[in-house]
Amino acid sequence: MKLTLEIWRQKDANDKGHFETYELDNVRSHMSFLEMLDVLNQELIEKGEEPVAFDHDCREAICGTCGFVINGVAHGHMKRNTVCQLHMRTFNDGDHLVLEPWRAKAFPLVRDLIVDRSAFERIQRAGGYISARTGSAPDANSILIPKEQAEAALDFAECIGCGACVASCPNGAAMLFVGARIAHLGFLPQGQPERVERAKAMVAAMEQEGFGACTNYTSCEATCPKGVSIVGIAKMNKDYFNAKLFSGGNLGGKE
Amino acid sequence: MDKAVGFYESTLGKKVVMAVTGIILFLYLVGHMLGNLQIFLDPAQIDKYAHMLHASAAFLWSVRLVLLFCLGVHILAAFQVWWRSRTARPVKYKVFNPPDVDYAAKTMVWSGPIIAAFITYHLLHLTVGMDSLHPDYVHLGAYNNVVAGFQQTPVAIAYIVALLLLAFHLYHGLWSLFQTMGWDHPKFGPWRRPLAVLLTAVIAAGFISVPVAVMTGVLQLVGG
Ligand code: HEM
Ligand code: SF4
Ligand code: FES
Repeated sequence: MKLTLEIWRQKDANDKGHFETYELDNVRSHMSFLEMLDVLNQELIEKGEEPVAFDHDCREAICGTCGFVINGVAHGHMKRNTVCQLHMRTFNDGDHLVLEPWRAKAFPLVRDLIVDRSAFERIQRAGGYISARTGSAPDANSILIPKEQAEAALDFAECIGCGACVASCPNGAAMLFVGARIAHLGFLPQGQPERVERAKAMVAAMEQEGFGACTNYTSCEATCPKGVSIVGIAKMNKDYFNAKLFSGGNLGGKE
Repeated sequence: MDKAVGFYESTLGKKVVMAVTGIILFLYLVGHMLGNLQIFLDPAQIDKYAHMLHASAAFLWSVRLVLLFCLGVHILAAFQVWWRSRTARPVKYKVFNPPDVDYAAKTMVWSGPIIAAFITYHLLHLTVGMDSLHPDYVHLGAYNNVVAGFQQTPVAIAYIVALLLLAFHLYHGLWSLFQTMGWDHPKFGPWRRPLAVLLTAVIAAGFISVPVAVMTGVLQLVGG
């Protein structure tokens, strides 16, 4: 099949950047989107041009490294998918596709379709951890967790940190990512000791990075490759609310 | 107090403040709408009601000040939140089609200020009774003030359009505030959309029924 690709090209953060249009003839339906770009890049290299830079690693939709916007939708038109697992059979001959990097102040552009997502790392480091005793391995199941809670925690733990939620948010907000991290640990007994500090620290870090403010559009949930639910955002709001207004000091024991 | 100020500094805190003030304004709207519906009873009824509301200046002004304060804080927070998001994406997309974005959510920042402008107009028109806006205004003559006001077709249409915008604003707001307040749970999550639609429809229908009744001649001026 034949495709017209309009791709954002930008050498580095200081370059102004522009769209470049490419025609690609021999696209096979069994290719993934990234394999299709590999073919394009091979052609560019043979012509002595710069290949299109894009991020990728596992190509199995589990690492969260890949991602760009295809025709205005983060990770493309298939639900619960990453661009590495997006297959060319879901496109039509003659399609015109516009490829753009994640656009957010907090995700500065590195090159072409690659952005720097270390803002997520800094938020994670601010509070997305638990304190655990090291030393000999604890007995299995020494801390009991109700099944529903374990399942909810795992659902939120599915977040792969790809950044599509920010990219597809009209406000450029990172609430789904942060909500997923806070909800994941908040559902587990091991996450309780830091729960109050976590909400404060992660929200503060998120705002410091310059992400936008949530107005509940829900396009984050719709494009999240892992289907992370906006219930996580509500959980974050509640934890933050409690942490800021009702924590610290005497919690209701003796004066 | 320290804590509350720190809380408001974050966008999450601002959204909670918007939600709380939004709830207060919403509850007021319910009361206002029910009050208005008395116009369909005996014409003297709503005039009596107006006199009752004006019986105590202290009561009247406390309610007015609370509402004004809520509206002011709601708008201030809305503006701050909007400004922050405006700066969060300095380079725009060439093509941007985020899925699941509904019309009401997209127009919150426009429906809001238009509602504010409408509220100003509405207060000058039917509360103050400014001569240039409402030449036949009689203080506390609520029934005839409303009917004479809406007998001007452009005025009635402006009210209806503004109330439809308010409905859009409330529809997204009523759904959104559960999320903002952290009241989301898979058990009742699916009910939030229908609930928002229902409450909004009831409010809008209640308010809009009055100008429509005047335009169709169901409500007529009374002598005296
Ligand atoms: C009768 C007056 C009003 C009522 C009852 C009302 C109600 C609400 C409610 C319940 C919310 C939801 C809060 C949340 O998202 O958690 C909201 C949000 C909002 N309101 Fe209002 N509001 C009113 C007037 C205004 C005005 C005058 C503005 C003007 C700037 C405004 C701007 C906004 C904005 C920008 C949001 C955020 C929307 C979002 O979450 O996407 N509102 N409003
Ligand atoms: S919440 Fe979903 S979209 Fe956002 S970073 Fe995690 S996996 Fe990606
Ligand atoms: S490359 Fe790992 S998720 Fe796409």
